[in-house]
Amino acid sequence: MLTKKGLKPPGYLKTGTTIVGVVCKDCVVLGADTRATAGSIVADKNCEKIHNMAPNILCCGAGTAADTEAVTDNISSQLKLHRYHTGRESRVVTALTLLKSHLFRYQGHVSAALVLGGVDVTGPHLHTIYPHGSTDTLPFATMGSGSLAAMAIFESEYREGLTRDEGVNLVTKAICSGIFNDLGSGSNVDICVIEKGKTEYLRNHLTPNPRTYISSKGYTFSKKTEVLHTKITPLKELVDVVQVGGDAMEE
Amino acid sequence: MDTLLSSEGDSQRTQYPYVTGTSIIGIKYKDGILMAADMGGSYGSTIRYKSVERLKQVGKHSLIGASGEISDFQEILKYLDELILHDNMWDDGNSLGPKEVHNYLTRVMYNRRNKFDPLWNSLVIGGVKNGQKYLGSVSMIGVHYEDDHLATGFGNHLARPILREEWREDLSFEEGVKLLEKCMRNLLYRDRSAVNKLQIAKITEEGLTVSQPYSLKTFWNFAAFQNPTVGATGSW
Repeated sequence: MLTKKGLKPPGYLKTGTTIVGVVCKDCVVLGADTRATAGSIVADKNCEKIHNMAPNILCCGAGTAADTEAVTDNISSQLKLHRYHTGRESRVVTALTLLKSHLFRYQGHVSAALVLGGVDVTGPHLHTIYPHGSTDTLPFATMGSGSLAAMAIFESEYREGLTRDEGVNLVTKAICSGIFNDLGSGSNVDICVIEKGKTEYLRNHLTPNPRTYISSKGYTFSKKTEVLHTKITPLKELVDVVQVGGDAMEE
Repeated sequence: MDTLLSSEGDSQRTQYPYVTGTSIIGIKYKDGILMAADMGGSYGSTIRYKSVERLKQVGKHSLIGASGEISDFQEILKYLDELILHDNMWDDGNSLGPKEVHNYLTRVMYNRRNKFDPLWNSLVIGGVKNGQKYLGSVSMIGVHYEDDHLATGFGNHLARPILREEWREDLSFEEGVKLLEKCMRNLLYRDRSAVNKLQIAKITEEGLTVSQPYSLKTFWNFAAFQNPTVGATGSW
């Protein structure tokens, strides 16, 4: 009924976050901001949006924090059991399939938009997973409310065959673009570099929004107050309890 | 409740845009103002018209660019025509500059919005008068401000971050055009209603020129896009 009055139902919810991923030469660099919002309030100024799926696979999550946390934990456990069963390192496509089947089964009600990246025996991979369960395989990806600001940076500066350091710089730039141009994203930049056999989690790689104080010493009073007169009254007085007669505890 | 909200016979409530233009980008540079707009007029999800001029001269000193409903833009051009005509009729040696045109348009847009009958546009006014560069924006609800660089529509999300990073006070003409093209290319890739046929307009103290339409070079051949799932069998 409301649609007749012109109310458009909300499309898909891009909640406050900027998450990105980039495939470089033999490595994958993931990045995320650290602001968690509850409506228009910043609930957490320094939360962790990059989750562990496996020693060689990590996942950035945008959307409802509980959903991203729960779904990545769940699939992470499934991957571990699978590793014990097969005796092999997990593959990114396994994580991808487990995540997308889970999300599709819940028909979009699990509001998790993920950027999944990792390096396995078949090479470096980067995927995006949408709340309804569709996936994309991309050389560079952005998700969240700050995705357009970050994508603007990627579209103008991405090149093929980036080195690790160039990748980290590009991801930092893209996340900063999200932090400063999107209201739903803010605080610090978290980076994760995944290479063959090595994963580096750079928590708070960049802190462009530090808490600053006006003076390092706090407040100082300019004029000292003059002391005119001093009188000291002790609060505790030593008294002798004299027993007059009868029992001590009587009365 | 419903009748309360829609009384007075045929009150013109919020309209719907039919033929729309997408983003406009404007920047100040060393010698004046540069604005860029593509020439697309979309009819819903089809790109119906591909030669719509969305950058127009206003008087001697100003340039207006519009995104949103094209018919409302044409109406605005009629109002501006009248405004400039009356200004010329005074024949007093003065002419309306971009700041005055901006203010006039703000009043027009705001008053229409108050009557629940907005002109469905986001406008960018730029110009140079007496050596002063001016770049201002008006939206369909009457929000107006001026700045060193502006964007409307999708340009807000895709072009503004780039402009904030890379705009400088002393851009030369070539650097300014390159910056605008960078933003327009971004919009081409990521805005579905963008077309690859754009015009760039330049205003300086000397005068105003609107370029011939041309198209940008785009790159679609990243190896990773040729065969995206080559290393990840079982994914799409």
